[in-house]
Amino acid sequence: MAKIHVTMKVNGAEVEGLVEPRTLLVHFLRETLLLTGTHIGCETTHCGACTVDLDGASVKSCTVFAVQANGAEIATIESMANPDGTLSALQEGFRMMHGLQCGYCTPGMIVRAHRLLKENPNPDEAEIRFGISGNLCRCTGYQNIVRAIQYAAAKINGAQFKEAAE
Amino acid sequence: MIPGPFNYHRPATVAEAAKLLSSLGDEARLLAGGHSLIPMMKLRLATPEHLVDLQGIDALRGVRREGDRIVIGAMTTQHALLASAEIAKALPILHETARQIADPQVRYRGTVGGNVANGDPGNDLPALMMVLGATYRLEGPAGARDVVAAEFYQGAYFTALEPGEILTSVSVPVPAVGHGHAYEKLKRKIGDYATAAAAVVLTLANGKVASCSIGLTNLAETPLLAEDAARAVIGTELDEATLNKAAAAARAIMSPAADARGPIEYRKHVGGVMVMRALQRAAACAS
Repeated sequence: MAKIHVTMKVNGAEVEGLVEPRTLLVHFLRETLLLTGTHIGCETTHCGACTVDLDGASVKSCTVFAVQANGAEIATIESMANPDGTLSALQEGFRMMHGLQCGYCTPGMIVRAHRLLKENPNPDEAEIRFGISGNLCRCTGYQNIVRAIQYAAAKINGAQFKEAAE
Repeated sequence: MIPGPFNYHRPATVAEAAKLLSSLGDEARLLAGGHSLIPMMKLRLATPEHLVDLQGIDALRGVRREGDRIVIGAMTTQHALLASAEIAKALPILHETARQIADPQVRYRGTVGGNVANGDPGNDLPALMMVLGATYRLEGPAGARDVVAAEFYQGAYFTALEPGEILTSVSVPVPAVGHGHAYEKLKRKIGDYATAAAAVVLTLANGKVASCSIGLTNLAETPLLAEDAARAVIGTELDEATLNKAAAAARAIMSPAADARGPIEYRKHVGGVMVMRALQRAAACAS
């Protein structure tokens, strides 16, 4: 099976590579480009740890072939900080609200939440939970992940994050 | 979890794709969103020698109104359906059902064409398309033809598609203004296929059911139209006795598999419950 030459824009940089058609995007990112922030969790399209942004869509990179992404624009967790290197609103939210425990699901959670907030900058709690329903956290720390996204949304909208009264 | 080797093709037109499919023969498979096929390939349950990726064919994407029908390109994703104002307005049951398919990431990739053409009894759109009276446009070496959804499904993963044919669009007649609709899906968790699901579209006249169509998902090898159940509710106000009668008529045609979602008796039981809930919710939103 002939290898295929692919080019794509990953985190703003033009990259290229020679891949077998069966190479999964997550393996191309991790093993060829050495961008190991994207995690492999279940490998069965369930857990969302491998989520990346592909042409403005959140996708599970374990279920996309690298050849399908030929010509695409991709953003991974490595590009989620502010351009000056400081923490983005989402990263700050995960830090301040204790949105991670073991941290394994976090790259996928943040990349997914990034797209969610682009599409809906002011989601309510139900919309956040529905929006991240393709990402599993096996520490089951969902409460703080939701708060982290609420924190980020408030910051992006120029507001102070206020928790609802208990 | 590495798929077997294959050759990759990305045609730019339907004609080119159909030609590839015909010349490559049985060892070629179409790749749409890939969220049924790629997991199967990773498990080596599918080992095609060629994948013909449809993503480069722009003509297969989009939702458009054609008179009293909505035509949906086969490569339109479920995410795009949810973003479509036309769908939300004219086919609210399709919007509602698309929300219940898999999870957000899968909906960005999963397509209408793949969902209806794959022939997987667990897919949600086939029963709905039967209820809505949709037709599928199939294009192949012998030209194009239209097949109604109700005649498309022949068995699990067996459909009316002939070798070399591609399902290119789905055409749905817009239901009457004021129609009631509901898709009730019982599932174990987000992302799962239905344990049992029922789609209902109905109209009311003077508080009584004037017309009704009921579809069933994952309760047999193919999606089902529950015609006796639908007949049982015509002319009624959906009182409890009628609902029970409709559920019993629907259960009579169910033949679900026993699997991790439950034994046969349980799945038939909850299948009937889904029918009753869908009927009640559809009637409540009809005017």
